[in-house]
Formats: sequence, C-alpha cells, structure tokens
Amino acid sequence: MSQYYTATDHFVLLPAILLALFGCATLLFDFLIFPEAKQRRWLLVFLVLGEAFAGVAFWRQQSFLLEHGGNLTAFRGALVIDHYALFFHWLFLAATLITGLISYRYLEVRDEHHGEYYGLLMLAQTGMYFLASGTELVTLFVGLETMAITFYILVGFLRADRRSNEAALKYLILGSLSSGFLVYGFSVLYGISGSTRLSEIAAAVAARDAWDPVLVLAVGTAGAGLMFKIAAAPFHMWAPDAYEGAPTMITGYLATASKAASFALLLRLFVGPLGPARESWEPLLAAVAVLSMTIGNLAAVTQTNTKRLLAYSSISHAGYILLGLVAGSPTGIKGVLVYLLVYTFMTLGAFLVLTSLARQGMAGDDINDLRGLMKRAPGHALWMLVFMVSLAGIPPTAGFLGKFYIFWGLIETGHYTLAVIGAVYAVVAIYYYFRIVKAVFVEPEEAEAGPLTVSLGTRVGLAVTGALTLLVGVYPEPVLRLAQMSISR
Amino acid sequence: MPDLAQLLAAEVPLSWYLILSVILFVIGAAGFLIRRNIITVFMCIELMLNAVNLSFIAFSHKLKMVDGHIYSFFVMVVAAAEAAVGLAIILTVFKNRETLEIDEVSSLKL
Amino acid sequence: MTETVFFYCFAALAVAGAILTVTMRNAVHCAISLIASLGGVAGLYLMLHAEFLFAVQIVLYIGGIMVLFLFVIMLVNLEAAARERQFHRSWVGGLLCAGGTGAMLAWFWLRGAGTLRLPPAVQPTPREGGNVESLAMVLFRDYLVPFELASLLLLVAIVGGVMMAKKRI
Repeated sequence: MSQYYTATDHFVLLPAILLALFGCATLLFDFLIFPEAKQRRWLLVFLVLGEAFAGVAFWRQQSFLLEHGGNLTAFRGALVIDHYALFFHWLFLAATLITGLISYRYLEVRDEHHGEYYGLLMLAQTGMYFLASGTELVTLFVGLETMAITFYILVGFLRADRRSNEAALKYLILGSLSSGFLVYGFSVLYGISGSTRLSEIAAAVAARDAWDPVLVLAVGTAGAGLMFKIAAAPFHMWAPDAYEGAPTMITGYLATASKAASFALLLRLFVGPLGPARESWEPLLAAVAVLSMTIGNLAAVTQTNTKRLLAYSSISHAGYILLGLVAGSPTGIKGVLVYLLVYTFMTLGAFLVLTSLARQGMAGDDINDLRGLMKRAPGHALWMLVFMVSLAGIPPTAGFLGKFYIFWGLIETGHYTLAVIGAVYAVVAIYYYFRIVKAVFVEPEEAEAGPLTVSLGTRVGLAVTGALTLLVGVYPEPVLRLAQMSISR
Repeated sequence: MPDLAQLLAAEVPLSWYLILSVILFVIGAAGFLIRRNIITVFMCIELMLNAVNLSFIAFSHKLKMVDGHIYSFFVMVVAAAEAAVGLAIILTVFKNRETLEIDEVSSLKL
Repeated sequence: MTETVFFYCFAALAVAGAILTVTMRNAVHCAISLIASLGGVAGLYLMLHAEFLFAVQIVLYIGGIMVLFLFVIMLVNLEAAARERQFHRSWVGGLLCAGGTGAMLAWFWLRGAGTLRLPPAVQPTPREGGNVESLAMVLFRDYLVPFELASLLLLVAIVGGVMMAKKRI
C-alpha cells in the first residue's frame, strides 16, 4: 500500500471492487463455465454470492463507524463512508438482490440472456455506490453515468420488442440531454470554487450571497439535470414511456434504486454545499414538487396500462419526497430517507406481482390482466392489496410513515399550503390505486387465464417486500433509528 | 522558432469564452428541440457537451489548474460511451422498424 | 492582437459549424459540420494551453466518435432518411424555447459578471513539465477513483453495444 492507495482507501472502496469483480465474472462465466441453458441458475447464485460479499463489506464498515464514530474519508476526499452513504448502500443492495431473484422466470419466459442481465445489475449497483459515497464532482458524474448507461441497456434489454427499443432510445436521448445540463452546472460550480471537492465548493458557496446570479445559474442547471434523473415534472416526460417499455422487473429497479441513487446525490448536494443558498432554490423546488404531484396524480387517473399508471404514481412520489427537502428540517430530511426506503419495498413488491403475470407472448401489463387475480393466486392478490394500500399512504402500512414525517416536517417549518396540497393529492391517489385493487378483487376473471406458476425467487421476494411493508408500518423504530443516525453527521 | 503556445498567449478575457460556450450550448439545445432525425439529435447533444468542455477549460485556464482539463477528459469519455450505446440502440430500432424519424417512433413524441 | 484574431477565427468556425449541424438537411453534411465545429473548439483548447485535450479532441472526438456516427449513418437507409421532413412542425416553438434558455443563461452571466470573483490560483501549474505531465500527476493522484470507474463505464458500453447490435450472442 502506497501513499496513493492506503489501507483506509481499500477499506472504503472494497464493496465497490467486490461488486465490479462479481459483475465482470458473471459476464465471463456466462459463456466460459455455464454455457448450457440448464446451468443458468448458477449465475443467479453467483449474483446472490456477490451481494453477500458486498454486504459483509458494508457490515464491517458500519460496525467500524459505530465503534469509532466519525466518517471514513478516502482518496483525498473523493469518497466518504458515513451512515448516510451506508443507508443508501443497504437500500441498493436490497433492491438489486430482490430484482435479481425475481427476474429469473421473467427472462426464461421472454427468452433473453441471463449472464448479461445479472452482470449489468451488479455494475449498475457499482455506479450507485459512487453516487452515494462520492464527495467529489468527477467521481459523482462518472458514477452517475455508469449507472445511467447501464440502465439504458437494461431498459432496452428485450431486443426483439419494439416498445423496449423505443423506450431505451427515448430514455437515452433525454438522459444525455439532462447530463449535459447537469455537467454545465458542475462546470460553473468548479469555476466559482476552483475545486471539484464538495467541501471546498461548500466554502465557496457559503461565501456568496444566496441570490448571486452565477450561483443561481449553477444551481438551476445542475438542479434541472437532477430533476430529470428523479423524474420530477416538468422533466418527467421520459418516465412513462421508459417504464412501459422496459422489462417489468427493470421498471421496478428503475423506479426504486435509480431514483434513490439520484436522490442520494441530490441530498448530498443540496443539504451539503448548496445548503447556504437555500433561499434561492427552495421556492423552485417547491414549485417542481407541486407540479410533479399535480401531473403525476392527475395523469395516473386515466391510465389503462398498469406500468404507465405506476410510472405516473412514481412521478408524484418524487414530488412528495422533494417536499421533505423543501421543509429542510431534520424531520423533513428524515422523512425523505424513510420515504425512499419504504417506497423501495412497496414499489418493488408491486412490480414483482406484475412480473409474475408475464406469460409466453403476453407482457401482462394491462390493467385487465389483473382481473380475477384473487381467484387465480390469492397470495399474490393479498400482497398486491398491501402494496397498493401502502402506496396510497394509508395506515398502518409503511407508506403512511413516509408521508407522515414529510408532512410533519412541512408543518414544523410553517409550509402549511404545501402540506394541504400534498394531503389533497394523497386523496386523489387513493382513487387510482383502488382501481387496481378493484380489478384484482371485484372484476370477473378472464376466461382463458389459468393459475399462476410461481418460482421460489418470486415467493422469497414477495415475502420479504410484503413483510417489510407491513412490519415497518407497525414497528417503525429500527428504520427511524437508522434514518436518524444517517442525518446526524 | 517561437513556441506556438507563447505566440498564442491568451489575453482574451474569460467572459468571451463563457459567452461562446453559452452560444454553442444553446445552438445544441435548439437543434435538440427542432430536429426530427434521431442521429442529428444525437449530434446536437455532442455539441452541448462540447460547449460544457469549453467552459471547463476556460475556467481551468483562468484558475491555473488542470482539474478542469480532467473533468472535460471524463466528459469526453462519457460522451464516447453514450454515443456507442446510443448508436447501437438506434441500429436496433432501425432494424425493427426502418425509420429514423422521431414522430414515427411512436412513443418518442418529444 | 494575434490572439484576438485567432480567437475570432476559431470561435467563428465553432459557431458556424454548430449552426450548420443544426440546419443541414443531409445527416452526412451535419456530421461534417459538427467535425468543423469540434475542430474550432479544439483550436480554442490550444489557445487555453490545454494541449493534451487538443490532441484528445482530435483523436477521440473527431477520429473516434464522429467516425462512429458516419458508420451508423451509412448503415441506415440514407436515401429514405434524407427525403423525410427534417424539422418538427413546431420548430418555431422549439427555437423560442432554446432562445429563452439562452437569454436566461446570458442574462445570469451578464448580471453575475460583477460578482464573478474567481478564487485565486493556488499553485501555478509548472510550465516546464508541460501540460501532459502536470495533467498525468493530477489524474493519477487526485482522480484515481473516477479513472478506474471510467474503465467500468467503458466495459458497460462495450457489453451494451455488442448486445444491442447483434442478433444472437
């Protein structure tokens, strides 16, 4: 170990190295060691193994932090491991693991490659690692692009499917445009601070007036780029098409892990270095949040495609999460983290049920495909009810908890109007979530649809996401403690 | 023979470079909005990234640091990766439907 | 004086190339105009003492990415694409949008010109080592992580390119 690569550097970077190595190995083993169709399941075992190794590395980092306190900074301030980063690392790990587990049958049904899929999942998670842990603009940008480019490929993974191709193309074009805006903002930040390290940018920003034109320019362009990534209105137009065209599990992964990773960067920037300029960006973010809730909730009402409906609902959820950042108090930020965590589990669960509907020659994403699910698979139907109730934010499920903390944060800081608007739209949301519930329980069954074939991975995924959605709702203390720890830096 | 860099020793003010960067960025954005051919739209994105690189390097020159150079270097790497994946996806779309018009690609109403 | 003239030449080349990229009907002409624009910007890099990036711009951008573009243009049906309408029906709206963005950016820069105090240059770049050497020192010392991460990014791009473009792997 030299002075350029110390033991601390290694300790901090280890999970990313493990994930990248397992990802590359999966790509290689796909044709070197497991060429037969029957051996494909070993690739999935390999993914689980890689996540387990990364999990041990994260766990060691966490216990180190708990024991010694403080943060671990590595590579001259390019990476940091703090409780905030670890919170997101656990979230990404859980999302990747669940996505991988339930994708096996879907890939079999659609007759697609397994090796590339699992490999790319892990490489996407590696990109997310740098988004949550990076504290330097170049690392953050390259990490963001690693994740984004992996997602472009994953969205277009069904190469024979025209919808999937077009979704990938649209996502890629608009994603590149947003990267252009983001990096323009970064260039201005670099110009006014003379450094790419967030700590030095923080000092330069704090020395300026909040309404300094150049600073507003930087915040505006970088913020516009980030709003694209989290699919907040008016930069949401890629989301419905990308969500509809992508393979169903990737839609779930895109809606949860990718969004959470972009929020990790957003919070790191806006609470950290750009915090002193709050006066100038707070009204802008509030406007974006209200617009997202309006467009998301109102457009979702008329959708007949379940994936599109959930896409619009995810736009409105982005609006709610932004409200927590607008509140800005510790309660609000805690609400953002809790919301992201519970949103991950309930959304992944909902997409999991949709995934299991896919059959030979049928995508299973029309709302009518859900009809009579109660008779065909009562277990799936009941879990779907839990996820929909949770997405609508009705107690005692986990979804209520996230909304509760966000609203509490808003009221605490005197944003009463925003709290009222959010509450009104929460009522609208109940309507379209219950359209899905109605299709599942009330409407008659399709004639030819038989019982569902359910794989072991789906059972495990459903049990984990469903149980967590319920459990966090009734016993939220561990999650709250975790979130509290993450924001007390 | 005088050094080329010395001959060109830049006394042009920073703001000229920044304004030029804004002009290139906006031309790229305009092209993104008005063109219908997907490959041309892609070229407009390259134009925008190039404008960003110019602003990075102008700042870097003024600050007498090379960090901005490194940032533009990475922007170029990312642009190359994006172009490779993007053009591969364009080929797939084209194979499946024989058109490059944005409006014809049904879901692509920008 | 010389540098001002050079600046105007390169800037004119960059802007003219950019405008032609946006307005030309034929995709090949667009690509060639874009190459001209990139060349103009490369000249500006030279004026800003970014010799390494000048080389990268020529080799990677013009030599690599633009050739890739030309390849793809040749692979797809050029004749049919050129006959189709090249601009959106609502192109005026698009131009207004872009113009508005540009006016906003320019307004912020003009307003901010007074308060744009750049931080003082900390350590002057050692000129005797040359641009490439000082760049390499910083790249492999301070930016080691993004450099390694970029290799992963390129791997993803390769896998994606092969997967998308081939029928069966």
